[in-house]
Amino acid sequence: MSSDASRLGFYLLLAPILLWLTVLIILPHVGLFVVSISEKIGPREYELGVGNYAAFFSEPLYWRTFARTAIMSILATALTLILGFPIAYYIAKLTKGRTKTTLFLMCMIPFWVSELVRTFGWMILLRETGVFSNLLQSLGLVSGPVEMLYNDAAIMVGLVYTSILFMVVPLVTTLDSLDDSLIEAGYDLGGTSTSILREIVIPHAMPGIVSGCIVVFMLSLGNYLTPILLGGKDSLWFTGMIYTQFITRFNWELGSAFGFLLLALSSLVVFFGLKLSGRSLSETMGRA
Amino acid sequence: MKKSLLVSILAATALTAPIAQADTLRLLTWGGYAPEDVIAKFEAETGHTVEVTTSNNEEMIAKLRATNGGGFDLAQPSQDRITSAQEEFGIYKPIDMSRVSADLFIPSMLSATADNTTYEGDVYGLPHVWGTSGLVVNTAMAPDVTDYMDLCGEAVAGKVSYRLKRPTLIGFAYSMGLDPFSAYGDTDAYQGILDQVEATLTECKSNVKTYWDGGDEIKNLLRSGEVVASMAWDTGGWQLNADNADITFVAPKAGALGWIDTFVLPARGRADDAAYDWINFVMQPEIAAMITNTAGNFTAAVDGDAGVSAELKARYQGSFDQAAIDNIKWYPPVPAGLEALEGATLDRINAAK
Repeated sequence: MSSDASRLGFYLLLAPILLWLTVLIILPHVGLFVVSISEKIGPREYELGVGNYAAFFSEPLYWRTFARTAIMSILATALTLILGFPIAYYIAKLTKGRTKTTLFLMCMIPFWVSELVRTFGWMILLRETGVFSNLLQSLGLVSGPVEMLYNDAAIMVGLVYTSILFMVVPLVTTLDSLDDSLIEAGYDLGGTSTSILREIVIPHAMPGIVSGCIVVFMLSLGNYLTPILLGGKDSLWFTGMIYTQFITRFNWELGSAFGFLLLALSSLVVFFGLKLSGRSLSETMGRA
Repeated sequence: MKKSLLVSILAATALTAPIAQADTLRLLTWGGYAPEDVIAKFEAETGHTVEVTTSNNEEMIAKLRATNGGGFDLAQPSQDRITSAQEEFGIYKPIDMSRVSADLFIPSMLSATADNTTYEGDVYGLPHVWGTSGLVVNTAMAPDVTDYMDLCGEAVAGKVSYRLKRPTLIGFAYSMGLDPFSAYGDTDAYQGILDQVEATLTECKSNVKTYWDGGDEIKNLLRSGEVVASMAWDTGGWQLNADNADITFVAPKAGALGWIDTFVLPARGRADDAAYDWINFVMQPEIAAMITNTAGNFTAAVDGDAGVSAELKARYQGSFDQAAIDNIKWYPPVPAGLEALEGATLDRINAAK
């Protein structure tokens, strides 16, 4: 009797997540996959085939944009880690009490407004008639207006800015759990700051680093707004291409194939990232 | 107990009774085509309620395709994009002309739109708002820009913007002395034209500051002076002209590209009565003038220009003399499959260094 009841409770508790997975994730992906393997042969006529995937590999524009998006996302992830780590270390180890809460809150405040507003903020700062350009001119550092928008550097700034919180939060959590006495012991035993960072802090923070990197990479790879608004005439981004195929070209078949390739790419990069750092997914997710 | 149930049922019926006859009109349209005051008037007069979703040509088709023509009761794509979408996706239903007050429409526009939106013997579109795309130029800073090809000139290097979409291909083709519309039916000839335009636009790329996407983006770029010459819609130019007299719409020598936005009924729309009511309502001259004053474009309504503000008329006449009006290149219906060729061309231009 009691085991029946607990089993029922188990299934009831499991139901929401199962529903979520099937209805919102698995079913749409099955549908998308079916669309991606149908080739258009005429109006309202389709047949099965892998032509859409073949089109991706035969057209250099597509796979170049694909590779470009992957490389820039990895770069953005590395930059976010380099910028986020000192911030997280400072918040977790060098501050206490209210200062800590305040600093943590300050990291979060920009995320209370929508991504669109934040991106427009950067456009106001970077554009030719924008704040930075005018400031440099009034300081006499440059003679004419400078255009800082519409290039890859602007995309990078936008990506790092939109995702840094997702690096800082897991890092602060893992660094918080590092016992200060371990660092002191390191110094007592004659360690230098760099060797302590390398031997004690980073190994301890590794789960936070890996999970932060995974989240930031996924966010950058799947970002649509930032690359489209801040990027210039040469700045292609793969999500933008998916949008174009679906909306302006009416080519859902190719768009779905692109979607699946993006899914494969992100899974692959995360897999290799875990392999490189020698961690398993469950360990990373469990501890962060 | 029973009595109170009866009372509440009666009360509920009484509450829903007036709403049962009135419908909710789910309108898929462009920004400015359904101004607040027009909606308020329509709701007061007919009892229907209106829900507006603003969009553009491609998104309208994509939205209706996703639902097989459901989710909206009336849509407003351009007339050249209707037959191909109907052929490919079957997302519209034919217009019942007996339910439309045809005398409200300018006869020539009504029949031209009917011709262009006829698929398998049925008419699918009614004309509503028309306008053109051409050049929006800061005449003080780029006085020599009078044609699409002038955007590639040395004088405006780095201060040019246009969209990476099909109107740009067609405008440049005309400016290069080609005739893309007459090649619509001939895929090989059209591909030949596209190849020449691709070469031109690839070379022109260094002149371009950025490819614009939305109407507000290009207006900002022109207003700030970051861009001095662009290919854009006439209304954008006239709106900017109100703030800065130097900026205005210039009808290109090769001809402005004329479009007509229509009324179409989505295949699975539920409120056809409300849709026809809306069509007959907004085509009345005084309502049409209200829409022109917000959207900035003129309508296909008889006498619809009578109530339009004098400033807008003056701007329109400043941009278009009779010769320029006669030179407007009206979009013929796009054959299905043509967009795939154009898409490949646009992709290559986008990727070129």
